[in-house]
Amino acid sequence: MDGAHDMGGVKGFGPVEPEANEPVFHEEWERRAFALTVAMSRPGGWNIDMSRFARENRPPADYLSKTYFELWLAGLETLMIERGLVTREEIEAGKMLAPAKPGVKPIAPSEVTPAIRRGGPTERTPPAPALFNVGDIVRMKDIHPVTHTRLPQYVRGRLGTIELNHGCHVFPDVNSLGKGEDPHWLYTVRFDGRELWGKEGDPTLSVSVDAWEPYLERA
Amino acid sequence: MSGHDHDHHHHHDHDHSELSETELRVRALESILTEKGYVDPTSLDLLIELYEKKIGPRNGIRVVAKAWADPAYRARLLKNATSAISELDYSGRQGEHMVVVENTPEQHNMVVCTLCSCYPHPVLGLPPVWYKSAPYRSRAVADPRGVLKDFGVSLPETTKIRVWDSTAEIRYLVLPMRPEGTEDWSEQQLAELVTRDSMIGTGLPKRPGEAA
Repeated sequence: MDGAHDMGGVKGFGPVEPEANEPVFHEEWERRAFALTVAMSRPGGWNIDMSRFARENRPPADYLSKTYFELWLAGLETLMIERGLVTREEIEAGKMLAPAKPGVKPIAPSEVTPAIRRGGPTERTPPAPALFNVGDIVRMKDIHPVTHTRLPQYVRGRLGTIELNHGCHVFPDVNSLGKGEDPHWLYTVRFDGRELWGKEGDPTLSVSVDAWEPYLERA
Repeated sequence: MSGHDHDHHHHHDHDHSELSETELRVRALESILTEKGYVDPTSLDLLIELYEKKIGPRNGIRVVAKAWADPAYRARLLKNATSAISELDYSGRQGEHMVVVENTPEQHNMVVCTLCSCYPHPVLGLPPVWYKSAPYRSRAVADPRGVLKDFGVSLPETTKIRVWDSTAEIRYLVLPMRPEGTEDWSEQQLAELVTRDSMIGTGLPKRPGEAA
């Protein structure tokens, strides 16, 4: 979706403000919201693309007014409500009002470290040969889905060069809809800074995105 | 939008009145999920401990120092980063598919995620607030020299700047240039010069005189 999360090239946000000796978390609730989100993913039955969409799918003013972990919390609540794991009434009341959804098993303490160390690799066996080779010039499609996509607006319609081929990976646009992993070839596509930002762009700049084959067309 | 400072302070004040509300909301949610049997609070404690104590930039620092000290390791790292990083026992969530990009006198690399907060957790830990912030996500791809200035870094005008926007599940780590004057340094000494920001590309390694 073309939402406030898609920030590449947007003006007016001001300078970057690094914090010296920054802690991993700034508030106790951030620790718990982070851990709850990570720990609920498997029992909740959603994937990373669904989580990302749950965070970004909101009015721009809402997205921009929330801190990072407030967005995580809001996303977690949405995902759980959608699946009937908790009700909105329970969240608002702050207590359990409805029985647990049967068959939901928590991550046991002994599973935590192995699960984090394993992660969730997204590479899959290729269903078909790659359409593009390293060095090919491609144009990014000009698509505007209302659902989740990982093709940022600032590269749509632009010409780039295939620089790396990463193999076949789970395709977020479909995986986020719960319609299967639909793996596609994933490439690093590099753009000249001036192709993206015009003649006034930094002549020493090049930018790349990682793009699945369905985002690309032959130039 | 009005000036950044104004927004910052406004947001800060706003936070204070709502902070306890959010804290209460998260506590209540944890109780509900525990009571329903969806989460085990001990697992939550362990997750937090992992990300506060075990998974952090010190891991990436080891990777970079080893690459500086050991040419064969550097070659493996640039060829297959996921496997070379796992030699040091770092792997997993948000680092399943690693690529290491090398800074040279000709090209400086910088990593961003314009769409959310993608970051190589096993080697750098959780991202700092600025990495997830609108100013960084919006400007890194259009004005990386301006961003570098915010970090007090200025590069020669002729240096090419290469920005990697992490839009998929590939995670990027920058291999900074080994500082001059460290030719006879050990891996342990070199590690003192590596900073987190130098592995994101928003900073440079410390010089020999600057090591702690």
